[in-house]
Amino acid sequence: MFEQFDTNVILENIHFLVEGMQLTLLLTLAAICGGLVLGTLLALARLSDFRILSFISSTYVNFFRSMPLILVIFWFYFLVPLILGQPVGGYYSVLIAFILFEAAYYCEIIRAGIQSVRKGQIYAGQAVGLNYFQNMRYIVLPQAFRNMVPVLLTQAIILFQDTSLVYVVGVKDFLVSADLVANRENRILEMFTTVACVYLVICLSGSIIIRKLQVRYAQ
Amino acid sequence: MINLNSVSKWYGDFQVLDNCSTTVSKGEVVVVCGPSGSGKSTLIKCVNGLEEFQKGEIQFDKTSVGDKKTDLPKLRSKIGMVFQNFELYPHLSVTNNIKLAQLKVLKRSDEEAEYKTIQLLERVELADQALKFPAQLSGGQQQRVAIARALALDPIAMLFDEPTSALDPEMINEVLDVMVELAKDGMTMMVVTHEMGFARRVANRIIFMDEGRIEEDCSTDEFFDSQRGVRAQTFLSKILHH
Amino acid sequence: MQYNWDWGVIIREPYLEWIISGFGWTVSVSIAAWLLAFSLGSIIGIFRTTNNSILRAIAAVYVEIFRNIPLIVQMFLWYFVFPELLPNEAGMWVKREMPMPEFTTAALCLGLYTASRVAEQVRSGIQSIGQGQNNAGLATGLTKFQVYRYILLPVGYRIMIPPLTSEFLTIFKNSSVALTIGVLEITAQARQIEEYTFQGFEAFTTATVLYILVTSIVMILMRVVEGKVSIPGMISLGAK
Repeated sequence: MFEQFDTNVILENIHFLVEGMQLTLLLTLAAICGGLVLGTLLALARLSDFRILSFISSTYVNFFRSMPLILVIFWFYFLVPLILGQPVGGYYSVLIAFILFEAAYYCEIIRAGIQSVRKGQIYAGQAVGLNYFQNMRYIVLPQAFRNMVPVLLTQAIILFQDTSLVYVVGVKDFLVSADLVANRENRILEMFTTVACVYLVICLSGSIIIRKLQVRYAQ
Repeated sequence: MINLNSVSKWYGDFQVLDNCSTTVSKGEVVVVCGPSGSGKSTLIKCVNGLEEFQKGEIQFDKTSVGDKKTDLPKLRSKIGMVFQNFELYPHLSVTNNIKLAQLKVLKRSDEEAEYKTIQLLERVELADQALKFPAQLSGGQQQRVAIARALALDPIAMLFDEPTSALDPEMINEVLDVMVELAKDGMTMMVVTHEMGFARRVANRIIFMDEGRIEEDCSTDEFFDSQRGVRAQTFLSKILHH
Repeated sequence: MQYNWDWGVIIREPYLEWIISGFGWTVSVSIAAWLLAFSLGSIIGIFRTTNNSILRAIAAVYVEIFRNIPLIVQMFLWYFVFPELLPNEAGMWVKREMPMPEFTTAALCLGLYTASRVAEQVRSGIQSIGQGQNNAGLATGLTKFQVYRYILLPVGYRIMIPPLTSEFLTIFKNSSVALTIGVLEITAQARQIEEYTFQGFEAFTTATVLYILVTSIVMILMRVVEGKVSIPGMISLGAK
């Protein structure tokens, strides 16, 4: 079975694959940044003393966590052009979908991270006269983030894998690029094996790095 | 009955036990004491094979503990062990905690096991708690159940790993009383503890360990009355204040 | 925003039938995959807690491979590539004569993928019990197997009820990935309705509501089960 493994098809189409990977990485990064910002806001809202904010935040999180990502992708692929009143490339719809979806997961991680900072720390900050935002900015969030970093990074790896789902709307990420080559050249085995190996290597390396970081910075 | 011969153990590069040798004869009560990290818990766990050792020999009732061919479960059914954190199985009632090993290791019938369990619970004065679960009992009660559990297999020797260290002060005595009774009934016991009052009452010999080595190994009277080594004296002076 | 609302579309034939059939496939794939994931995952998780380094290595390799490749890629590998790798007769059977090839492949793939996650939950559940219980069991003469059977697993699985429920819900959501190999589960059907009628809002809302409904019901069931198997006197079973 492996005598027919044609490595040439991979090499010949490497540019195409690299472009696909670039999109995957871009999408991952943008979603991480957007997700983190929105996730932090959601977490703070969830933990705040204003019941309404807390309720909105928890409803948002429970809503997005009950749905599969594919459905969310379909939703926004359908909604975004409708709302804007004009056809929009798949890229933007998908980006919005990812940011909103990931924010729900990041919110939970950040919330747990903030809650893991001992209450005494908040009191200590208040005792010297810091207001809520200063307390968060200088005392709570820095400590919370140090606890959260391994989990956030792990979620980033999961996000990196999840971007492959844009396949369902045809956005040309790494997987779709490989799939196009596979069908055009009739070389399914080589292309999908390559995709699997690339993901495996990247994600596994990421996990190992995270584990080493955890050991080094363990409190 | 228990023979330790030049036992040494390393965790990686760190030496936990250094050339330890001693004997515990039938009916003897031996107390093992020493500062934290001296290796006393490790030593006692080697006796029933819960910890492995790299050098030396341990013989229990003429069976070698370290030998690969030894049937460890069978060996362990003859030695009872009581742990610092009681380690009762949380999902089983008191009665079932005591019955489990009887049914599964000694293959006793349910009636036999039930009868023995009731007897033991009466002996430790907890017969009325038979159907409760460990989380519903106090620390002292849990430890007494643990002792009953260890006695359920009719062992010929008992090992105690700091049995009262995790107890609130007012509960220590109820457990020590049970242990004193056991000693008076002639049980062979090896007890790791800081409770020197207990040692004075029932121990035949005291072993003092420091940094993995057995520094002192003498009779109780000698240990308390004469001038022993500097480390032993310092240790004693620090803990004999209560 | 221009949109023609038509909520009636979801109760009209044939769309209603599509929705019902789609939901049926979602549930079937999820349950089949869960049975595989739970049993295989438990075994692998237990392997990772033993002292046997061979078993631990096999388990670790399994987990890393199935965890680090996206689910959709695994689906494609099983559906398109795997039959090609089999010797001729087996390959032919899989491609031509195996019943419900999409369903079977999807359930198998999803099951194997989730097994790696279940394995991690099982491993951390057992390890959180602590060495003390293990020692206590061994000290009374129980064999290693008996210690797992009577002590570690009964307590471990009670601890694991919330994370395992979460894994089941994850399978339920991940069943949507099966649409990429042709399983017409509920998300696929919603998309299909949208493509046929342009009533995307109604179609996707239906799918969304169904997912939320199932999630809520499962969570309620989990609380009931937790209540029934809880140990008297204990509020939480985590490590002491």
